[in-house]
Parts: sequence; C-alpha cells; structure tokens
Amino acid sequence: MLRLVVRRLLQLIPTLFGLTVLLFIWIHRLPGGPAWALLGERGNEAARRQIEEQLGLDEPLWVQYGRWLRRLLQLDLGNSIKTGQPVWEEFTLRFPATVELGLTALVFAVVIGIPLGYFAARRRGSWLDVTAVSGSLVGICVPVFFLAMILRSIFAVNLGWLPSGGRLTTGIDATDVTGFAVLDGLLTGEFDASWDAVQHLILPGLALASIPLAVVVRITRASVLEVLSEDYVRTAESKGLRKSVVRGRHVLRNALLPVVTTVGLVTGSLLSGAVLTESAFSFGGIGSFIRQAISDRDYPVLMGFILFIALVYVLINLLVDLTYGLIDPRVRVN
Amino acid sequence: MATKTEKIDRLAELTARRETVTGGSLWVEAFRRLRSSKMALIGVAIMALFVVIALIGPWIAPHNPTAQIWRDEVFTNRGEFVGPRGENWLGLDHLGRDQLSRMLVGARQTLLVGVVSTVLGFALGALIGGVSGAALAFGGRAGQRLDTVLMRFIDMMLAMPSLLLAVSIAAVMGQSLTTVMIAVGVVQVPIFARLLRGSMLAQANADYVLAARALGVRRRRVVLGHVLPNSLGPVIVQSTLALATAIIEAAALSYLGLGNPDAAQPEWGVMLAQAERFFDEAPFMAICPALGIIVTALGFTLLGEAMREALDPKLRS
Amino acid sequence: MRIARPRAARMFVAALAIGLIASGCASERDDDESGGDSEVFVFGAAGVPAALDPSLGSDGETFRVTRQAFETLLDHEPGGTELVPGLAREWSSNEEGTEWTFQLQEGVTFHDGEELTGEVVCQNFDRWYNWSGTYQNTTLSYYWQTVFGGFAENESEDTPEPNYVGCEAPDELTATITVAEPSANYPGGFSLQSFAIHSPKSLEAYAEDDPSGEGEDITFPAYSQEAGALAGTGPFRVTEWNKGNGEVTLEAFDEYWGETKPGVDQLVFRTIPEESARRQALQAGDIHGFDLVAPADVRTLEDEGFQVPVRGVFNILYLGITQDKQPALGDIQVRQAIAHALDRQNIVDTQLPEGGVRATQFIPDTVAGYSENVRTYEHDPELAQQLLAEAGAEDLTLEFCYPTEVTRPYMPAPADIYELLRADLEAVGVTIEPRPLTWNPDYQEATRSGGCDIYLLGWTGDFNEAYNFLGTWFDGYQQEWGFENEEIFDLLTEVRQEPDVAAREALYQEANEAIMEFLPGVPISSSPPSIAFSPDVNPPTVSPLTQENFAEVSFK
Repeated sequence: MLRLVVRRLLQLIPTLFGLTVLLFIWIHRLPGGPAWALLGERGNEAARRQIEEQLGLDEPLWVQYGRWLRRLLQLDLGNSIKTGQPVWEEFTLRFPATVELGLTALVFAVVIGIPLGYFAARRRGSWLDVTAVSGSLVGICVPVFFLAMILRSIFAVNLGWLPSGGRLTTGIDATDVTGFAVLDGLLTGEFDASWDAVQHLILPGLALASIPLAVVVRITRASVLEVLSEDYVRTAESKGLRKSVVRGRHVLRNALLPVVTTVGLVTGSLLSGAVLTESAFSFGGIGSFIRQAISDRDYPVLMGFILFIALVYVLINLLVDLTYGLIDPRVRVN
Repeated sequence: MATKTEKIDRLAELTARRETVTGGSLWVEAFRRLRSSKMALIGVAIMALFVVIALIGPWIAPHNPTAQIWRDEVFTNRGEFVGPRGENWLGLDHLGRDQLSRMLVGARQTLLVGVVSTVLGFALGALIGGVSGAALAFGGRAGQRLDTVLMRFIDMMLAMPSLLLAVSIAAVMGQSLTTVMIAVGVVQVPIFARLLRGSMLAQANADYVLAARALGVRRRRVVLGHVLPNSLGPVIVQSTLALATAIIEAAALSYLGLGNPDAAQPEWGVMLAQAERFFDEAPFMAICPALGIIVTALGFTLLGEAMREALDPKLRS
Repeated sequence: MRIARPRAARMFVAALAIGLIASGCASERDDDESGGDSEVFVFGAAGVPAALDPSLGSDGETFRVTRQAFETLLDHEPGGTELVPGLAREWSSNEEGTEWTFQLQEGVTFHDGEELTGEVVCQNFDRWYNWSGTYQNTTLSYYWQTVFGGFAENESEDTPEPNYVGCEAPDELTATITVAEPSANYPGGFSLQSFAIHSPKSLEAYAEDDPSGEGEDITFPAYSQEAGALAGTGPFRVTEWNKGNGEVTLEAFDEYWGETKPGVDQLVFRTIPEESARRQALQAGDIHGFDLVAPADVRTLEDEGFQVPVRGVFNILYLGITQDKQPALGDIQVRQAIAHALDRQNIVDTQLPEGGVRATQFIPDTVAGYSENVRTYEHDPELAQQLLAEAGAEDLTLEFCYPTEVTRPYMPAPADIYELLRADLEAVGVTIEPRPLTWNPDYQEATRSGGCDIYLLGWTGDFNEAYNFLGTWFDGYQQEWGFENEEIFDLLTEVRQEPDVAAREALYQEANEAIMEFLPGVPISSSPPSIAFSPDVNPPTVSPLTQENFAEVSFK
C-alpha cells in the first residue's frame, strides 16, 4: 500500500513538470500583458514599458520560466501582479472557501444522491424512480448559472430565507482561525457564526451540486440494479438471509464501487462549476479568483493556482484508487 | 501436427463467424431495444424538432431577428420591457428585437456550436485515444512509451478545470463563434481520448483479436478492421451526451462574457446571458432561451442515455 | 402591451419555488438583518481596494474607502465640483502659479494623536517626491506622476521630469509648495485623494518599508495592506481588513476635527463584484447601500422603497475615431457623416440612468470651460448619407471595437450601446465589422495603440478642470486618435501653462469649439452612475465625482 502511494507520487513529478512548461508557454501566449490590466483607462505606452521592464517581462520566455522554476524550488510562488501579495497568501485566503463550497456540494450529492438512487433502483418503475431519473436528467441539462440565478431569486430575494451571497453576514462576530468559516465557529465556540456560514453555503452548494447530484443518483441506480440481478444476491435472498443483511452487505457494498469512482471524478470537475457558482454568489473562492487572474494576465497567480489545482486533482484520484481497496478486497490483492 | 493447424483454422472460422453474427446482432438488438425505449423516443422527437427549426428557422421567422424594429418601445434604463403580445409572440428583447425570430434563427447557431465543437472534440480525442490505445495494445515497448506520453498529456488537460481551459482559449483567440466552438470542443478531447483508449484495450484482449493475431493477421488490419470499429460504441454514445454538454458550456462561456458576440448571429447561450441582467424586470427574456437550451440538451441526453442502456444489456434485465 | 413588471418575475419565481424543494433549512432569518448592530452601516462596493495608503491608489474603489479616513488639503463641495477648503482653510498662489500657499485648519488631530502642522504637510510631499525603486512604478504612483511629474532621482527613462521643487513651512499652520512650471493641474490636483495627508508618526514608522522584496515584482508595501497602519485625519479610522471576505471595517473617530461628525459607529465596505448580487444583497437587507446600480434596476428599487439619489454628471462617453488606421476617416465629411448618423438621444432615453444627457463636446457641462457655441451634429441619416456620397465613401467598411464584460460609470452596458450605434451606422450604408474584446487588457491595448477604426471609450474627471479631460486626449499626437492638428495641440499647450483660472476657462471654450469643428471623435453622452440606499438610512449627499462622505450617513 505504502509502496503504491510512493510510486504514484513519484510518477506525478514528470506530469506536473510538463504541465508547468505547457502552462507557462500557454498563459504567456495570452494577448496583451498585465501592464494594461493594471493601468486601465489611465495607461499609456511609457507606463506599459516601465511596468514590463520592472516585471522582467521583456526578457526571453525561457529566462522567465527558469526564474519562476528556481523560485518554485525554493517553495516561493512569487507575488500576484494585480494585488502585489504573495501568491501563496492569496491562495490560502481563498482555498478554504472553495473547499467548503465543494464539500457542501459533495455532501448534498452523496447524502441525497445515494439513497435516492438506491431506492429508485429497488422500486424500479415507481413514481420515485421516474422522478429521480427525470429529475437527474433535467439537473444535468440546466446551466449552472441559470440555476444559481433562480435559486437566489427565490430563496434570497423573494422568500428571504437565505442570504443572497457572500460567506458570512457582515458584522457577525467570527474569529478567523483556519479560514474555514464553519469550522472556525465550532473551534472558537461561536456557534452562531458557524450556523451563519452554513446558511451562506446552502444556495451555492445546491447550485454547484446539481450536476454531481444527478450523476450520483444515476450511477447509484444503475449500479444497484446491476448488483440486484447478480446471482449471489439471489442466492443470499433465497438462503433466507435477513433483508437488511442482504442489502447492507451484498447489495450496497458492491454497488458502491462505481459510485466512489464517480464521486472522485465529479470532485475533480467541481472546480469548473465553482467558477460559475462563486461568481453568481460572490463567494470569494479560488474559482472566481482564477477567472479574474486570466483576464488580468496575472501570470504568477495563474501558474501557482493551476499547479496547485492539478496537484489536488491528482491527489483526489489517488485517494479514489485507495478507497477502492477498502471497499473491494480484490483490488487490494492486485 | 495437422490437427493443430486444423484446430486454429477452426477457431479462427468460429470467432470470425461469431464476430459477424454477434457483432451484427448486437447492433440490431440494440437498435430494436432503442426503438422500444420511451426515453429514446422522446429524445429523438425533441432532437428532430430542434433540427427542423434549425434548418427552416430563418424562413419561418416573422421578423428580422437583428433589426431593432421596436427599439423606441423598450427602456432598459427604466426597466420597461415589452412582453409577449400579438405582434411579437415571445415579446421583445432589450434592444427592441423580436424574441421569437431570434429564438428561431438562434436554433441554427446553437446547433452549429454543439455539432461543430463535438465533432472537433470527437475527432481530436479519437485520434489521440486511438493512437494511444493501439500503441499500448500492439506497439510493444515503444508503443507503451508513446501511450504513456499521450496519456500524461491527457491527464494534464483533465487536471485543468475544463471551464478555465475554455476561458483561457477564448482569451488567446479573441471572441468569435469559431472561438466558442474550439474552446468547447477542446474541453471534450480528454474524455473522448480516454474513453476510446479504454474501450480499445478491452477489445484488444477479446478472443477474436487474440485469434486473429495468432493467425498472423497484420496488426494494422486488426486495429483498423476489428478493434477500432468494435470500440466505437461507447464513444458514439458519449458524443450524443457531449452535444448536450457543448450547448450548456457554450452558454456558460457567454455568461462569463466570452460567448459569440456577433449580434448578426443570435444564439441561445448569448441570449440567456444577456437576459440575465434583466431577470427581475423581464423574466420572459431569460426563460425562452433557457428553456430552449434545457429542452434541447435534454433531448440529446435522453437519446444518449437510451443508447447507452441499449448497448449495455445488463442495465435492462 | 407595455409591461413593467417585477410582479410577474415574482409570480414565476414563486411558482418555481413551490415546484422545487420544501426546504428543510427554512429556519427564520431575522428580518431586520443589519448585522446584529443597528449602528453598523454596510456598503456594497464593486471591487476590492488595492491598498489602504491612498498615495498608492489610482482607482475609485480604493479611494472610496480611504477617503473616509484620510483628508486632502482641498476638497470638493458636497454634491458639487467646486473646490472648497479641506485641511487647508485658505489657499493662494503667486502670479506665475508656481508657489502654492496653504493656510491649515487649526486643531486637527490625526488618529494617533499627532497634530497637523505645515511641517507635516511638507513631510508628506517630500516623501512622495523622494520615492525610489518600485514606488516609481506608474502602478504605485500614478497620480503623483500625473500631477507633479517625476521624482528627486528618476530611475527610468520613461518617468517624466519632476515638476515639484520643494515645500516649506514658514509657520505652524502654513505650508508653501513650489513647482517648476505652472499647470492646469493646480490647484485641482491638491484635492486628489492620493495627496491626502498622513500622520508624521506613520511616515516614520513605514519609511523603510520597501514596496518590493524582489526586484521583479510589483508588490504593495506591507503597511498598505494592513488595517490601521496609517493614521489620517478623517472621520473614520480603518480597523480591519478581512481580505477573505473582501470587507474593510472602519470605526468612528471620536476626536474628528470637522463639523460633520460620523453618524454611525462602524462603517463596512463589502466587496460584491457582481451587479445583480449587489442589488439582491440590498433587497435581502444584507447591505445598506451600493454603488453602480444597473440602470434597469433603478425603477424596481424605487418601487420597493429604496432610495436612489441621482448624482450630477462628471464623465463623458465618446465614439473614438482612429484616423491613421482607415484613410477614409481622415476626411472631415466622413466623420461628420458618422456624427449625423448616430442617434445619441435614443441611447440617453433608453440606456442611460436618470440624469444622463447627450454630450455636445468632450467635457460635461459641469466643468468650467464648457462652451455653448460648439458646432452640433443632429441625428440626420439622410444628411449622413449625402455627406458619405460627397466624400465618395458610400461603401465604407469600419471595424468597430467594443468592450465586453465590463460596466463603466459612463457606460452601463457597452455591448448594448454598441448594438444601437451599429444599427445607426448600418442604416446609412456603412458596413460594420464587429470586434468585441475583453476590457482588460485586450480592449485597452487595441484602442490605445490605434488598432481600431472606431471604438467606445470614456473618462471620469478627477477634479473640476477641463484639462483633466481635454489634455488627456488632445495635447499632442496620440495613436488612439491618429491625427495632427496644430491648432488644437497649441491651444491645449497654452492652456496647460496658463496660471490664471479665468483665462484658462476662455481658452478651454475656444479649444472645445475647435475640437468640435475638427470632430476627432463623437462625444456621445454624460451619465451619472447610480447609487442606492435602503429606506431606513439617511444617505450621504451624492457627488458627481463619486466622492461621497460617509460621515453624513446615519440610521433613521
């Protein structure tokens, strides 16, 4: 097990190295440069030259890359051109928000999706099944930003049940410990702050969950159906084993394998949705920040953030593979 | 000795026949199942309607979709919009253009974006996936290495969030319809590539391939004549689903301000993104293109799902 | 059937709501959601401040925050554009306009207890003048370079020569600033938030704080990113900057010297980048006010009881023309045809917020030097066609650049305005090739380097001086306009060096008339960005310069 992990981590290095090279070339291909982005309407040619000189952008690309890599090896991601703050700080400031949002979406997807898919499969053809299937199909087809717009319109503006955006109500007493708003409240005993943070997570979480939820429902349903038709389930049932035992030990456990894979894959794709959801709910996470960085041509931020995201993505995949082992002993043997 | 050659001949004959028989009947069977699937029927109906509108839309549009005929009647600065009325069944948009005409003409652009980007993603993805799969299965050590390189590349693409990839492509290429199609298409590449590769690897271990190889059939023929055609099923299903995704992704790009901006070519995603600003004052402006996108995407998804189920008998039981 | 119906939206939404989830988490959220404490005023801003040191700033979002904590020598009258006393109760200059003397207010204390003296003013100006290293970069010292030129020791060839000579404090409450050349930027420039006066203790404490650790990054100095590091004299002091939430918190300063004492205990600026999210936050009661209201939302908000005071106009939106790029545009008749083709009134009527007006020249009518006698160009498609025919340009094709995904104070929805203008031009037979570009940096770069035939751009004034508008564009050859016109260039050079304010006004009028005769571009409109407040607050006097003083805010 440990050897597997180490080997996979070592394999990562060339991939990530290749990624940085491609990425560096790619983002420096973006037309215009950070100078105009910084100067806006008030810029002029001289100021642009001055800035580019200062940033070393007038040097050959490989020199710039070398410098970037050298700093990376010293664990320094450089500074954001736009805000002038270290990329690492910008990242740690926003990463918890996105993680919180992503986890909320995953919780929605798993907690609602798996039971729904399971019962839909057990009562195949019932109204529950039909609703679950058609609901999940529609869920995939609604553009996330449109859903966000409608959710916000209903629950925040018209009903006033939930906040329309942001991470915390302004003025609430919340001490920043880890950057995770919900967790901070629990740690410091400011439970109302935690509760407030949870409320702020619900709408964006739902919007972001729409696609993962739909996918989880469908995969669970399909997977349970497949397992239900397996011989060993029929054998177990005919043996007279208690229903709960059959369901728990035989059906659910075996059906969960593809679900875990799917959840892993979906997690990787959550960030795309987060770009839209974070914009729609002005939820200050990394999704909306990177998008801004692309239009600001903020090279260090783009390099640092995307590298980190890639790392997280690969680690999630590794985690998924390891989870297989826990659920399916056959994989462990191999 | 004679018996052994005989045996191989016999086996090859058998597998070859089996391949044609089962291969053919698998598709026939799948098609039969597809025909009886309600999901597929609805999907096909929606798709047909959409394609018909896309084809004849410009001729049945009651007004010029780009002319600001009623621009003196819409006051966006006061939140005064014109809803559905006798002359304009779906109301006017924010610049006094006929919404129904824009929907009808926009269907073509929407279809175009979906189809072209999917074809692009399919072609590029299939090329990479196909080469990679063939190399790994039949290319020996060198092939293995080629496969590793290609798959690392695909991994890198997957590691970058798809929407951000699309956004950066749009930023590099500048805004146009072509950009949207390329950006949306490229995002699909890794999915197609992985799918085809996986599918080919599964086929490569099938009995008939082993037999054909044992009989000395040339690698190229095995790959192009047997493995590839038999691996395409899941990829084709995926492309139907990808069409739906493409239409939605194009709308998302528009929402982020990177959609096709040319007003001479109305497109649903752009219409929806533009109407978002006026949602509270004029919901009809957003709802028409939103429903258009949702229903169309649903059509493609339904058909794709039905096809997937039809090809995978286990799911039916 | 003309419909204005927020109601319909709500019905639809409510119907959907029923169809959706019977939300389990529908716990009661307090209706009077004002952050728990009624004395906290929360304002929704569109962007994050760049730094808390106004001398490093160049954008409205930074200044909106710092203006509440830092004050300048001169100020603008509430709700207007006239210069009034700020930290200086009187000011005067010698005849040549090279020596500016300021009589300071008495009894002004900084947040850290220091006293305002002439010496302190001089320390501030000397600090800016002696900036070195990264501080000399235009990103950090834009306004210093614009108003006072370069530094004691310029480090780059591209930095302009300094115009600042020195500062003296003959007595406790007087400061005299000497400049090399008179300029139209004085005295208006002294009202710029970038030249707000900091406490001497702050200056000492952060004198060594280099803005950049490495040579190659532009980094704001650490102190400017820290709440409360700098002490000013304003009615509030910055106490917290939560970057994660995009919130800056200011607290009332009890010993504030001025007459307008802060009306609330706490003032919070919360960043909400998205337009509709800001509106919904106000509607939901999360914030008490926000800036840059979409014109379409004004009516809705007013109907729901929100206050939407109208600002005066202080900006200009224009159709830029690059004569170098397209030879046909060098023909005055073609430019006149374009001007006659555009239905600018329609844009004012249907797109711009209340208070917007059609522009006749390149400055709004609130700026001294506005001329009533400029040549005007009425909407007349037939005349436009005729002019095009006379110029032999019937089959004119123009590349029209416009920015996407941006809202500017002078231009609420660029793509829509482009669409309307495109239709106007096509109606007179001009073929338009659309070229949409993202605002930053593509659009800036394309338009500034003369890469577009025609384009949309605008300007918001910094202070009441026509040179701040006209000088920006027409004081010499610029790629974005691509023309040479000695008459206009000379007039503006003359006005820049004219120390007498009244004489400047006459010259500006002459310049405006010459410009509109030559028609280098078509001024389209001036329009105030809208600002909204909740019903339960007394809003500040709104300012055409968007310089609201939040000390005026209180709860009803």
